[in-house]
Amino acid sequence: MGEPAVSVDHVSKHFRVYSDRNQSLKATVLSGRRAKYQSFQALKDVDFEVPQGTTFGLLGRNGSGKSTLLKCMARILNPNSGSITTRGRVAAMLEVGSGFHPELSGRENVYLNGSILGMSRQEIDRKFDQIVDFSGVEQFIDQPVKNYSSGMYVRLGFAVSIHVEPDVLLVDEVLAVGDMEFQDKCLDKFAQFRDEGRTVVVVSHGVEQMRSFCDQAAWLDHGTLQAIGEASDIVDRYSDVGHGAEEAAGGGKRYGTGEIRIDDIHLLDADGQPIESAPTGSAVALRLRYTANQRVERPVFGVSLATAGGKHLWSYDGLAAGAVPDSVDVGSGSLDIRIDRLALMPDLFDVNADVKDHHKTRTFDALERSLRFQVTSGSPRAAGGSMVLDASMTMPRAER
Amino acid sequence: MTTTQPSPRAAERDITFNLLKNLTLREIRAEYKRTALGRVWSLINPLAQIAVYSLVFGLILRVAVAPGENSGIEFFPAWIGVGVIVWGFISGSISAGMGSLMSNAGLLTKVYFPRWVLVVSTVLAKASTFATELLVLLVIMLVIGGPAVLLYAALLIPLLVLTCVFALGIALLLSVASVYFRDLQHLWTILAQVWMYASGVMFSVDIVRGAQEAIEAENGVSLPLVTLFQLNPAERFLSAYRDVLYDFTVPGIDVWLQLIAWSAISLIIGSLVFRKLARNIVEEI
Ligand SMILES: Nc1ncnc2c1ncn2[C@@H]1O[C@H](COP(=O)(O)OP(=O)(O)OP(=O)(O)O)[C@@H](O)[C@H]1O
Ligand SMILES: [Mg+2]
Repeated sequence: MGEPAVSVDHVSKHFRVYSDRNQSLKATVLSGRRAKYQSFQALKDVDFEVPQGTTFGLLGRNGSGKSTLLKCMARILNPNSGSITTRGRVAAMLEVGSGFHPELSGRENVYLNGSILGMSRQEIDRKFDQIVDFSGVEQFIDQPVKNYSSGMYVRLGFAVSIHVEPDVLLVDEVLAVGDMEFQDKCLDKFAQFRDEGRTVVVVSHGVEQMRSFCDQAAWLDHGTLQAIGEASDIVDRYSDVGHGAEEAAGGGKRYGTGEIRIDDIHLLDADGQPIESAPTGSAVALRLRYTANQRVERPVFGVSLATAGGKHLWSYDGLAAGAVPDSVDVGSGSLDIRIDRLALMPDLFDVNADVKDHHKTRTFDALERSLRFQVTSGSPRAAGGSMVLDASMTMPRAER
Repeated sequence: MTTTQPSPRAAERDITFNLLKNLTLREIRAEYKRTALGRVWSLINPLAQIAVYSLVFGLILRVAVAPGENSGIEFFPAWIGVGVIVWGFISGSISAGMGSLMSNAGLLTKVYFPRWVLVVSTVLAKASTFATELLVLLVIMLVIGGPAVLLYAALLIPLLVLTCVFALGIALLLSVASVYFRDLQHLWTILAQVWMYASGVMFSVDIVRGAQEAIEAENGVSLPLVTLFQLNPAERFLSAYRDVLYDFTVPGIDVWLQLIAWSAISLIIGSLVFRKLARNIVEEI
């Protein structure tokens, strides 16, 4: 760790916003000065450090200044006050196909783009095959890039920028365009970067992705830094605010449109008695009690399990279980989710519950971390990890 | 892995140089991409212009030019050809360089690199076309004026360098200025027209001198038309190229000094303004 890879020191940035975008001589000559403008403050006294070797996420709503901050880090924009220092080679992957020339072939563009990002010719020669291989556009490499699909554009552009082997890689929302295979490739690459002690700063609206691959995160809102810290904490806080979550009565957070409310969740043993801990391998049930404030067609109830550290382990819902009622009427009710064998290692676990419409696009209510329970030791046993599988091991046999 | 790490400064310089090379190649390659005739167009254009001007000014308006001093060439298209090609480079590289920031907005807003590289690479790409055109002119002069031109051919190199520096300075200035004032693009088209006539692309200084003398004879006032005409740096460049390619002579020392002075002034002012204004260019683009 040691020295920060990027230090952002009290950075402010404002833009001139022209009321009539009058960049003409006429306006200048007639009014005797530049066209009228208003000052818009996109970053306000932002101050933080990105430690070396971390994957660092930037979160925030549209227009909160994430891209602006990234551009300042990449030296594309100059802060109006404050300063940014970066250590080592910086490569930025700011938007689709930065620096691609549509008429030139993929091959020519790799060379051009590579040199823009600071690679020498020999370096590009050496890495050319790897770049093309990573991008997966071999077949099209000699075609003009204007014939590429937008995903191909990003793949090639991204492939070039990671092969620059930057000490700091800045990535702005490019993952969203790639397909799943490519996203996985990128996440692998980020992990590799981290192992090599390189730093990655990513902007993304994929908060769950952020949670899983970022170590740390910062949250910007209207150009000010709201919070910085462990990625999972920041993601939680950000998505709570984003969903308009409030503290639920029994602990945890809740958000949703409120047609149905989940009142509480309990862990029950095989006899239906509420418990707070259960041994590995035992039969348990989760009981959800709800209150419908109006009649709702085909609601989908669901639960999910996570470790106390926030790692998502399992989700289960009415669609997966084939248990979607045609409707629920106004009033209260409950349902049980039976788990025959609790295949979890001894540890603390959190339960989330939600109820959505049958397209799962609208969340009537979601109750997060309202139930925490302890798993105590039982059988089967495992050596480590979060879950236990029905496994066995033979004695070692010598092979003839 | 790496054995000797070059100093960051040297590394940065290498990178910039490499980038400059690649951007220049990009400009050159992209210009005639997917046209059937490809680079031949870069010769057809000036040839067509020369043909038209020769027809209008040589054949119809009967503009007279003195035969080449040492070459003895008496061929109007050869005389006007030098002017058309040199002027074509000066105005073409300035207007391309001027638009280079805006046409590469996509690049500027996404990657960091020294911004001047764009302007320089555009001018260099134009210069490479210009160099080919000069070579073709040289061959033509060789055919119609004899091998003596080869004695002076080497002078084209310093001339080319000075012309590039001169055009680059103006292009640097106008490129940033036009980001702030878009009107400059249009204004420039008009200015370039005026400048072309003022530079004597289609008529020689003899005609200007004739006019000056005629005015003096008729009205008794002496207007310093020739001096004014020769204060125009583009005219100076044109006459230097004509000295070499048409007259087969060495341009006088005064001409060289003027060219050096104009280039230096242009580059110094251009780069000072560029440095000042280019800082926040990305926001305005
Ligand atoms: N060149 C510019 N001129 C004027 N205003 C600008 C300029 N660039 C950005 N802004 C403004 O600055 C604010 C922050 O923009 P920015 O692109 O940083 O947002 P963002 O956090 O990246 O948003 P998104 O999630 O939509 O990508 C916006 O309100 C935007 O309108
Ligand atoms: Mg953005």
